[in-house]
Amino acid sequence: MSLAALCAALMFFGVVAYAIFAGADFGSGVWDLLAGDAETGGARRHQIDRSIGPVWEANHVWLIYVLVFMWTAFPRAFAAMITTLFVPWLFVGLGIVLRGSGFAFRKFAETLRQARFYGAAFAASSVITPFFLGMIAGAIASGRVHLLDGRHPDLLTSWTGPTSWVGGVLAVLTCSFLAATFLAADSHRAGDQEMANYFGRRALVSGVLSGAVAMIAIAPIESDAHTLADGLQGKAAPFVAISAVAGLFALWRLRAQRYARARVGAVIAVAAVVIGWGVAQYPDVLVDHAEIGDVAGARSTLYGLLIVFAIAAVTAVPAMVWLFVLVNRRDWADDAHRAPSAG
Amino acid sequence: MLAVSASQLLAARDQMALSLGFHIVLSCFGVAFPTLIYIVHRRGLRGDADALLLAKRWSKVAAVLFAVGAVSGTVLSFEMGLLWPGLMSRFGDVVGLPFALEGIAFFVEAIFLGIYLYGWNKLPPKVHLRTLVPMMAAGVVGTFCVVAVNAWMNSPSGFHLVTAADGTQRITDVQPLTAMFNNAVWTEFLHMFVAAYMVVGFLAAAVYASGMLKGRRDRVHRLGFTVAFAVASVGALVQPLIGHIAGMRLAEHQPVKLAAMELATTTEKNAPLRIGGILIDGTVRAVIEIPGISSLLARGWFDRPVPGLDQVPKADQPPANVVHNSFQIMVGIGTALLLFAVFFWWRRRRNRGTDRDLLTSRRFLRLAVIAGPLAVIALESGWTTTEVGRQPWIVQGVLRVKDAVTPNGGIWFSFTVIAIVYAGLATITSRVLRSMSRRWRENGEVDLPTPYGPPSDDPNPSGRAAGRRGVHA
Repeated sequence: MSLAALCAALMFFGVVAYAIFAGADFGSGVWDLLAGDAETGGARRHQIDRSIGPVWEANHVWLIYVLVFMWTAFPRAFAAMITTLFVPWLFVGLGIVLRGSGFAFRKFAETLRQARFYGAAFAASSVITPFFLGMIAGAIASGRVHLLDGRHPDLLTSWTGPTSWVGGVLAVLTCSFLAATFLAADSHRAGDQEMANYFGRRALVSGVLSGAVAMIAIAPIESDAHTLADGLQGKAAPFVAISAVAGLFALWRLRAQRYARARVGAVIAVAAVVIGWGVAQYPDVLVDHAEIGDVAGARSTLYGLLIVFAIAAVTAVPAMVWLFVLVNRRDWADDAHRAPSAG
Repeated sequence: MLAVSASQLLAARDQMALSLGFHIVLSCFGVAFPTLIYIVHRRGLRGDADALLLAKRWSKVAAVLFAVGAVSGTVLSFEMGLLWPGLMSRFGDVVGLPFALEGIAFFVEAIFLGIYLYGWNKLPPKVHLRTLVPMMAAGVVGTFCVVAVNAWMNSPSGFHLVTAADGTQRITDVQPLTAMFNNAVWTEFLHMFVAAYMVVGFLAAAVYASGMLKGRRDRVHRLGFTVAFAVASVGALVQPLIGHIAGMRLAEHQPVKLAAMELATTTEKNAPLRIGGILIDGTVRAVIEIPGISSLLARGWFDRPVPGLDQVPKADQPPANVVHNSFQIMVGIGTALLLFAVFFWWRRRRNRGTDRDLLTSRRFLRLAVIAGPLAVIALESGWTTTEVGRQPWIVQGVLRVKDAVTPNGGIWFSFTVIAIVYAGLATITSRVLRSMSRRWRENGEVDLPTPYGPPSDDPNPSGRAAGRRGVHA
């Protein structure tokens, strides 16, 4: 594996991590939106706050990681990607601002009215952001982003093709699926079986929907994104298979109300499908327009990135593991357990 | 290159200026606030209940400010590409390393913020206190890395520019570490790092000074004020020295910026310090000149020449009036804050053992309230000085701003959206923080329940009642 390919792999590692961890946070926002009125939804929203409160900022940083890796390792591809997909990136930026601040504001809101306003900003942008990120992924995967080289990019049609729509819808559905399994597992650990089953049922529905949309998506991807389709049926086929099996396993465990196991299955299913996308378009950074080797930055910088990754591995990663261990401890979940009595 | 209209360039610059100007204040809190919290938290663990109360409240304030800071920082990372693809596509790999390291610092800060905020009463107290240390360290590293990129734009190094026979330019021999540890990085980093502590210290002190003006003279207010003011004072004392060294560096490496800051039209020995003044048609008007002082300050002695704007063609000169005046505002406020800090500690020492107390002086408290916003204005002016002073270059002497801007239209639209959203964010942030502070005073408890829904014992509560009782009722 070449140095540039290794950097691409490390960058894509960030994409996978963002899809899983931030994906679960986005999906929690989707369920917050669908939690019902203030009367019935209060306890659910409290569980959502408890689940993502300690982790959402750390999970969000994966996006920064990916962007920085991309512009450092593949500067021309980054400039082309962000310039061409200017419009969806604006929506993503707006969504990120409203989601993060809305979430923080709601936690300290004074009145129910204000909490609903901030909560609506948080929840609605939790749908918008992954949708447009999915559209961006679809645009790149269907070969609609080419290097700039003095040409004006197509600002609209580049991200409105069939694959982009598939990407957007699938992103929202898989985020919801992940989040519901996470929330079910968290509620269960906090000792609230009723809440766990509430999210468990939603995990089942969104999981089945995700699978169904993925099947339906085969046709548009075949006709719209040849390179991706070939890859998914060829070298990436094992990952697609793993995703399918893990997804079915998750649904099976959800039905049995074994939420911790279901969560493992859901994570593997989503990670495998994202990795499958990456493998399918390898060695292209921008499908059909830019290969890793052609757009890689200076070698000295690529070596630098490896060192940065090594530094992250001994600083940020152990810290993150500790954070996840803590939030999964029973005494950290207890707080959530007390709350529903009044909701 | 694709032609870009002047209006579009202006929109892109305005959007960047607004986004940075907004984020820079919040990032100061990310850098310096953990230290302030650490001081009161440590004191609290040693038995000072008021200090512990402050630590708990400040950690909740941090939760709000850091969230807004995290998202507005993300917007900036988007904008590096959205607005300046010409910079990122050419130099992304030259300046990428400090950005990547900053990413790690951001990770560490976000992770330990989560642990700290939710670790109250769960982690062992000493371990909990120590989770602030990685956040403080991340503040140092993060500031260094982000400022390293800006310093590189002022003093580019770590690459070679090769012009081919057909006139196209290629970047070779990239040395990311040389780029990161460029000539300007240490002075710029120290200047910004200390500025962060000054901004947070003076702002926090202003909040408690304003409380004391309203008659809240309890020990919590006095302690909050003193801790914050002490931190700000240390910054105010060392900042002029750092700024001075940074200015001396300019004479050698960015003489045009220095010329604009000093409003020097031509290179001259024994150059005067110009206070006030405006450059109209090449002539400086309405100015007080003190002979020789500019040479002394910028070059170290009276007979050394201070460079003038005329060393470069008109097209390569920054708008001197903006640079000069923002520089003067920064220096003026910095000097005033230094004197104010010295005054406070001197009087406090003199008053020791007597019943006189500066914190009961309304005049002093009013000044302390003003010092907070003034520190922010100094920060913004300093940033304006360095950024506008580099114009028309985005990378000094290498790449012009107009050659780096996006070819996409519609920047006025995105600028307008950002302006509206940020105005709303600023309003709501201050509203939420003020409401938190009011409820802390009214309830006496630190924990503020979130009103997810109406409490179950009252089917039709007013919004406020629900807020007070919340889910823990």
